[in-house]
Amino acid sequence: MISSVFSWLGDGANWSGPDGITHRLVQHLEYSFGALVFVLIIGIPLGLYIGHTGKGGVAIAGVANALRALPTFGLLLYLVIAYSGNLPTDWIYLGPALFVLVVLGVPAVLSNTYAGVQNVDPAARDAARGMGMTGMQVLWRVEVPNALPLIISGIRSSLLQIVATATIAAYVTLGGLGRFMIDGLSQRDYAQMAGGAVLVGLLAVALDLVMAVIQRYVVSRGITGRYALPAASADVVAAESSVSV
Amino acid sequence: MKRRSMMFATAALVSSLALTACGGGSDPLDTSTSDSGSGSSGDSITVGSANFPENVLLAEIYAGALEAKGVKVSKKLNIGSREAYIPGLEDGSIDLLPEYSGNLLSYLDNKATAVSSDEVYAALPAALPEGLTVLDQSTAEDKDVVTVTKETAAKYSLKSIGDMKGKNLVLGGPPEWKTRPTGVPGFKKNYGVEFKEFKSLDAGGPLTVAALKNGTVDAADVFSTDPTITENGWVTLEDPENQFAAQNVVPIINKEKASDAVSAALNAVSAKLTTENLTSMMGEVNLDQKEPADVAKEFLSSNGLS
Repeated sequence: MISSVFSWLGDGANWSGPDGITHRLVQHLEYSFGALVFVLIIGIPLGLYIGHTGKGGVAIAGVANALRALPTFGLLLYLVIAYSGNLPTDWIYLGPALFVLVVLGVPAVLSNTYAGVQNVDPAARDAARGMGMTGMQVLWRVEVPNALPLIISGIRSSLLQIVATATIAAYVTLGGLGRFMIDGLSQRDYAQMAGGAVLVGLLAVALDLVMAVIQRYVVSRGITGRYALPAASADVVAAESSVSV
Repeated sequence: MKRRSMMFATAALVSSLALTACGGGSDPLDTSTSDSGSGSSGDSITVGSANFPENVLLAEIYAGALEAKGVKVSKKLNIGSREAYIPGLEDGSIDLLPEYSGNLLSYLDNKATAVSSDEVYAALPAALPEGLTVLDQSTAEDKDVVTVTKETAAKYSLKSIGDMKGKNLVLGGPPEWKTRPTGVPGFKKNYGVEFKEFKSLDAGGPLTVAALKNGTVDAADVFSTDPTITENGWVTLEDPENQFAAQNVVPIINKEKASDAVSAALNAVSAKLTTENLTSMMGEVNLDQKEPADVAKEFLSSNGLS
């Protein structure tokens, strides 16, 4: 079984063409990052607003957490069956698929963003105001940099969920890596099915590593504690922080 | 064996007690016993079914017909796919199940070439595992049919699958159609029909219905007993080359349980079943949301089988 999965993955013929792994991988990334863009557009500003003003936290958090309980697959089928007649041809399947991925991804980003902003040390916030910063300056110069580790970890978990769940797009005629899992299952080609699952897993891990690297360079060293140190101990600190990301 | 059936009876009793309050009609793990005919013909028969509504309905019809003849029946419905229930038939945990001749034959013998109704039925006994047999087949068939909307049929003057040749249509079907001889390769081989695109849908399910309605596919795989065909006035294309093997509804049963009384009761059901009345019963189950057991009862009483 395992060797047949590897031979499926290793067969060059499976990588090329419109049904090939390369094309499916690109599609999978398109769905995932397409959804992530909307997740960020919705989740980040809303999270910053709630965190900064403290308004609407209970209501929005309640809604966001309720959305987490929605069964994504069921929602997708419902949208396709109920609304496919009203959508332009290109969006009949893509629209509902992106929508459910956005619904899936928003809660993690939203709640991490506002929790991050809310939990900024009040002393730092007060000091910034005392220095004469405006509300916007406090937000962008103090709250966002301090909340960044939490915001990015929200984006990471959202991306992870979206990449793993984007497989269901294949159920509604679309492509992506889910195509291999669904086709493999119904064609009783289990090497293809398991191969697809392995690829999704690898893709999720790889993207998470990329996000970890981004987090390391985007978050201020004042927050992570990675100050420039004498050359002798720099390597040790680097090793420590790579473990902690 | 005895011990196992004791355990099963106890489990069934417990679960039926637990489920009486909520009806439990469609729970896949539901095993309910019914003791209506005092067991005059000796031991009881366990009726199983695959996990889709039509098969459950047929199993309810078999069970009702047997009960009417005083056979003790227990039900184990919604078991799963052939991979799950054929072993169950072989080891005796279920005794009787409604099957479809063509799919059963190709499951048992993947080299089988029979496609017409009679050929398939004739080939079945030899292919069946020891201890199992089939009774009379009905004329009711639930098979794949290539279905188009009335508008598409008129626009391209489609009557048979072969008429789609050179029309550059989009085909929708279950994912396995991409590679199987019943799918895209078969259309090319049997009819010389090639499609502009193949879209993977569900096998005759809600996605297929939606795709035909919204026009993302021109032709799609629907099952012949699907009431949405008549409901929407869709056109089913003829299959003169028998690309889709016959799928007559036929009872598959453990030989030991197929007494004369049991066989007679089930053959009487098969004599009355047709694709048309099965389709209209499925309309009651799928569109009017009636319980399969109630629809089965109506069928039996209106055909003098209860």
